[in-house]
Amino acid sequence: MALSGMRGLSVFISDVRNCQNKEQERLRVDKELGNVRTRFKNEKGLSPYEKKKYVWKMLYIYMLGYDVDFGHMEAVSLISAPKYPEKQVGYIVTACLLNENHDFLRLAINTVRNDIIGRNETFQCLALTLVGNIGGREFAESLAADVQKLLISSSCRPLVRKKAALCLLRLYRKNPDVVNVDGWADRMAQLLDERDLGVLTSSMSLLVALVSNNHEAYWSCLPKCVKTLERLARNQDIPQEYTYYGIPSPWLQVKTMRALQYFPTVEDPNTRRSLFEVLQRILMGTDVVKNVNKNNASHAVLFEALALVMHLDAEKEMMSQCVALLGKFIAVREPNIRYLGLENMTRMLMVTDVQDIIKRHQAQIITSLKDPDISIRRRALDLLYGMCDVSNAKDIVEELLQYLSSADFAMREELSLKAAILAEKFAPDLSWYVDVILQLIDKAGDFVSDDIWFRVVQFVTNNEDLQSYAAAKAREYLTKPAIHETMVKVSAYILGEYGHLLARRPGYSPKELFTIIHEKHPTVSTSTIPILLSSYAKILMHTQPPEPELQNQIWTIFNKYESCIDVEIQQRSAEYFALSRKGASLMDILAEMPKFPERQSALIRKAEDAEVDTAEQSAIKLRAQQQMSTALVVTDQRPPNGMPAQPSIGPLSLVKVPSETVDSNPGDQGLTHPNGVVYKEDPQPPSQDIIGDLLGTLSIEGPPGAVAQSPQNATYEAEGAPSAADAAALVPVGEESGSVQPIGNINERFYALCLKDSGVLYEDPNIQIGIKAEWRAHQGRLVLFLGNKNTASLGSVQALILPPTHLKMELSLVPETIPPRAQVQCPLEVMNLRPSRDVAVLDFSYKFGPTMVNVKLRLPAVLNKFLQPITVSPEEFFPQWRSLSGPPLKLQEVVRGVRPLPLPEMANLFNTYRLTVCPGLDPNPNNLVASTTFYSETTRAMLCLVRIETDPADRTQLRMTVASGDPTLTFELKEFIKEQLVSIPTAPQRPQGPAAPPPPVAQITAPPPAASQDPGALLAGLL
Amino acid sequence: MINFVCLISRQGKVRLTKWYSTYSQKERSKAIRELSGVILSRGPKLCNFVDWKGHKVVYKRYASLYFCICIDEEDNELEALEVIHHFVEILDRYFGSVCELDLIFNFHKAYYILDELLIAGELQESSKRTIAKLISAQDNLVEVAKEEASSLSNIIAQATK
Repeated sequence: MALSGMRGLSVFISDVRNCQNKEQERLRVDKELGNVRTRFKNEKGLSPYEKKKYVWKMLYIYMLGYDVDFGHMEAVSLISAPKYPEKQVGYIVTACLLNENHDFLRLAINTVRNDIIGRNETFQCLALTLVGNIGGREFAESLAADVQKLLISSSCRPLVRKKAALCLLRLYRKNPDVVNVDGWADRMAQLLDERDLGVLTSSMSLLVALVSNNHEAYWSCLPKCVKTLERLARNQDIPQEYTYYGIPSPWLQVKTMRALQYFPTVEDPNTRRSLFEVLQRILMGTDVVKNVNKNNASHAVLFEALALVMHLDAEKEMMSQCVALLGKFIAVREPNIRYLGLENMTRMLMVTDVQDIIKRHQAQIITSLKDPDISIRRRALDLLYGMCDVSNAKDIVEELLQYLSSADFAMREELSLKAAILAEKFAPDLSWYVDVILQLIDKAGDFVSDDIWFRVVQFVTNNEDLQSYAAAKAREYLTKPAIHETMVKVSAYILGEYGHLLARRPGYSPKELFTIIHEKHPTVSTSTIPILLSSYAKILMHTQPPEPELQNQIWTIFNKYESCIDVEIQQRSAEYFALSRKGASLMDILAEMPKFPERQSALIRKAEDAEVDTAEQSAIKLRAQQQMSTALVVTDQRPPNGMPAQPSIGPLSLVKVPSETVDSNPGDQGLTHPNGVVYKEDPQPPSQDIIGDLLGTLSIEGPPGAVAQSPQNATYEAEGAPSAADAAALVPVGEESGSVQPIGNINERFYALCLKDSGVLYEDPNIQIGIKAEWRAHQGRLVLFLGNKNTASLGSVQALILPPTHLKMELSLVPETIPPRAQVQCPLEVMNLRPSRDVAVLDFSYKFGPTMVNVKLRLPAVLNKFLQPITVSPEEFFPQWRSLSGPPLKLQEVVRGVRPLPLPEMANLFNTYRLTVCPGLDPNPNNLVASTTFYSETTRAMLCLVRIETDPADRTQLRMTVASGDPTLTFELKEFIKEQLVSIPTAPQRPQGPAAPPPPVAQITAPPPAASQDPGALLAGLL
Repeated sequence: MINFVCLISRQGKVRLTKWYSTYSQKERSKAIRELSGVILSRGPKLCNFVDWKGHKVVYKRYASLYFCICIDEEDNELEALEVIHHFVEILDRYFGSVCELDLIFNFHKAYYILDELLIAGELQESSKRTIAKLISAQDNLVEVAKEEASSLSNIIAQATK
C-alpha cells in the first residue's frame, strides 16, 4: 500500500476507518473539523505543507458526505501559491469542493487567467483543468479568447492543447457566444488534421458540441470527420498506445460518428460512399469475442454506427441489416447487449418502413418484459409502447395487463398509464377499452391515477352505445367482495348516471343498485363519499314513480351528512336533500351529464410530464411529437384549467343549474365534474358573497367577471397609470422650465437602462445625467454622473430620491453647484426589501441662469435587476414546478394582445430580462420555460419558474404560468412579464380594447393600497 | 457528457466523487445517497446500466468498489463503460494492482489521475502511456519542490544555529 506522503492525513483516514459506527465517525470528523477550523483562523502560523494537509482533510470529510462550510477561502488561496505542490492542491480541491455558482470562485479568476496566459506549462494545465471542470459564465467571458489561443497555438505541446480544447468546450456550453462562428469554423477544421490523437479526441468532443448547435457553419468539418473515421476503422497510422484491446481508439470513433449525426445529410457522393463503406465494415465486421472489454468497445462502435445509419436513413438494404442485427441482440444472453438492442430498436421506430420488421420480434420483446433486470424491463416496456398500433394493440395491452400484477412497484404507475393510453389510442372497439381500464383499476388501483378513471368516464359519457355496457360492467365489479376505492368511485358514478338504462334487467332496479353501492359505503374515504351522494341523488331521480322506502333511506343519509365536517360532503348532502324535495325540478337539475368536449387526453399529457422523472426513453418523446400536431392544446383554451376534470375545486364553488351551462356552450365555460353537478370555475377566489348562493334556489350568476369589477378597475388604473404617463414622463414642474427641453426620449432612455447597466438617463442642453449600475443579489450600487455641459456653472443642484416602500435607497451627498464642464459622481446604494414593480423616482432640479429646471426621472432599479439568471435541469425543475401547486404560489393567466413575437425573439427578450430560457424542458416546441432567481431581503434568493404556452395559430395570445415560493413575488413577476410582453414601451394611454391586458386574476394581495402611502410610488404613478 | 463520476464501496462508503455538471452540495449528497441505494441493491449478472432521473448511470463493480458514471440519456453507454475500465487500468498501472485501500489513503492521487483522464465530462486522453507519463512528471515536480524546501530549511536551520 502506497502511503499518501502526509502522515497527518493518513492517521486521520485510519481513525475514521476504525470508527465502529456512524456516531463515532461523526465525533471524529467533528473533532477534526474543529481542529482545522482553529488552525485556519490563525493562518499566519501555517506552513504551506500544513495548509495543504488541512485542505485535503477537508476534501476527504466532504467526500464522506459531511457539510464543510468553511475553508473554501483557504483552498482557493492555495491556487495563487507560487510553488507547484501547493498550487496543484489548491486547484484540485477547489474544483472538487466548489461549483460554478460559488462566490469564492470569482476571486480566483485573475490568478487563473494569469496561469493560463503565463509561460509555465504545468500551471497552464492546472488552470485549464479547473476552468474546464467548473468554469461558469464569467469565466467564459473573460477567458475564452485566451483558451482559444492556446488551442491553436503551434508552440503549445499536446498536453496543454487537449486540455484547452475541452476547456473551451465547457466555456462554450456556458455561453455559446464566446466562440465566434465565423472565425472559428476554419480553425476547427484545421484542428481535425491534428496528428496527436489526444488532442484530436478532445477536439472532436468540442466539435460535437459546436455542430449540435449549428451544423451549418461547420460543413467543412464533415469530410474531415469521415477521413478520421476511415483512418481509425482501417487502423491506418494509429499508434499502438491509442488502440484499446486491439481496437483503434473506440472513443474517438464513437465521437466522430456522433459529430456526423448532427449533419442532416452527407451530400458529396464521394464522401458519402467512403462513409458507407466504413459503416458497412463496422456493421459486418463486429464479432462477439470472449474478452469483455474488447467486446464492449467494439459494440460501442457498432451501436454508434447503427445510430448513424439510422440517421442517414440509408438504403433499405443497410437498414434491414441493422434491424436484423438488433433482432439478434435482443435475444442474446449478454444483458448489456440485450438492453442496448431494445433501446436502439426503440430509436429505430423513428425510421419509416421498419416497423413491420420490428413487429416480427414482438414475442421476444414481450419475453424481455419478464427479464430479471428492471433496466431491461423498462426498455422493453418503452419499445412495446412505441411499436404499438391498431394491429397489435390488443395483444400488447393484454400482455401489459397480465404483467401488471407481477411488475415491481417502481414500474406499476408507468405501466398502467401506458396501458391506459394505448388502450385509448388503439382500441379496436370501445367496449374493449372500458374492459381494459376497469381491469387496470381492479389489478392496480393504487397506481391508477385519477386522470385514468376521469378519462373512462368521459368516454362513456360521450358514447351512448357504451353506456349500458359500462353500467353492466360496473355492477359486476361492484359485487366483488374487496375492490379498490377507485373502482367504487368509477362504478358508483357510472351506475348513478346510466344504471337506469338497465332498469328492466333483473338485479338492476333502483333499490338494488342503491344497495350494491351503499354496501361499499363503510369502506370508503371522504373523497369518495361525495360521489356516492351524487349517485344516490341520481338514483332517486330515476326512480319514477318514487319509492318511499328508498327515498327515506337516501334522505336519512343526506340528513346524516348535512352536519359532516367536510364542507364538500356537507354542501352536497344539503343541496341534494333540498333538491330532492322539489320534485320535478330535480329532473332538470340532475339530468344526464352533457357530453364532454373533445380534448387532448390528459393521460398523454401526463406521460409527457412524467417523462423526465421516470427516465423514459425516446419512444414517448417521439410519439408525443408525432401527436403534437393533432393533439395540441389548441382545442382547449380555457384559461385557468388545462386539465379536464381536475379533482375537486374549492368547496365553496358556485353551483349552477346544469341546463344553464349547457345552453351557454358547456365546453368552454363549465368544468364538468364526474359528480353530477356542473361547477363554474370562478376566476375570482371565493372572496365574494358565495355562501349566499349555497342554497337559495341556485342563483344564476351574472355575466362572468361582472361581480368583482370595481376592485379590479382600481388596480387597473394604478397599473395603467405609469404607462399612461410614459409619453410625458418629464413634466416640467413650473412654467419657467418650459424653455429647457430634454434631448432624446426620456422613456426610451429609461427602458434601455432597464435592460443594460450603464447609459444616459437624461440629457438637456445644460446637463447630462448618466448612470452606471452594479447589481449583486438584492443589493445594487448606482452611480449617477452629473455632467455640466456648459461653460457656466449650474447652481441649486438638488437630487432627491423618492423610493417606493420596497427599496431602501441612500444617495450620497450631491454638491449644490456643478462647476463648468465638470462631472460629479454620486453613488446611490439600493437594497431590495420585497418583490414589487414600483419604480423609484429621482427628483432632480438645478438652476441655470435665471431658469429653474426640475425633472422627475424614473430610476432603472426595476424588478429584473434583482433577478439572476439560472439554468435549471429537468431534475431540479419538475419537482419544484410540481411542489408549487396552484395559487397563490403558482399563478396562471391567459394574456391577450401580446406583441406578436417569433418564439426565438421572445426567448431573447426573456434572456435580456435575466429570465433564463431553458430549452428542452417543455416537449412542446411552442412553449417556453424560463427560470431565474429573485433576490430581496425578505425572500432571500428565491427560484422563480415561468412557463409560456404560445399558440402558433395566434401569436397575440399566450398562456403564462409563474411560480415561486412567495405569493407576492409570483404575482409581481407575472405582472412584470406581462407588461414586457404586452405593452409597447411608449404605449400612450391606458391600453384599451383588444390590446388591453386582461385584468389581473387572483389578486387579493395587490399592492395599490400600499402605494398610496408611498410618496415614491405615488409619484411614479403620477408621472 | 459525463455529469459526474463516483466510486462507492460495497458498504456504501464514498471513495471519490467528481462533478462535471453543476450540483449544489445538497444535490450532491442526495444524488450519491439515492444512487448507492439503487446500484448496491442490484444483483450480479444484470446489465451495467440504470435509468436515473432522466439520466443514465453506467456502473461496474471491481472487487468491493463500484465505479459509477452518470451520462446523458442519448450518450453511448458502452463507451462510458469502457471509460470506467480505462480509468481502472490506469489506476492499476499507477498503484501496481490497485485495491480499495490504495484509493482510500491516496484519494488525492486518484483525483490527479482522473483530471488527466476527463475534463468537462469528456474523455481527454485515451493513451494509458501518456497519462502515466504525465502523472509521474507531476509526482517528480512535487518531489523536487519538497527536496528544495527541505534543503532550504536545512540551510536556514544551519545558518540560524
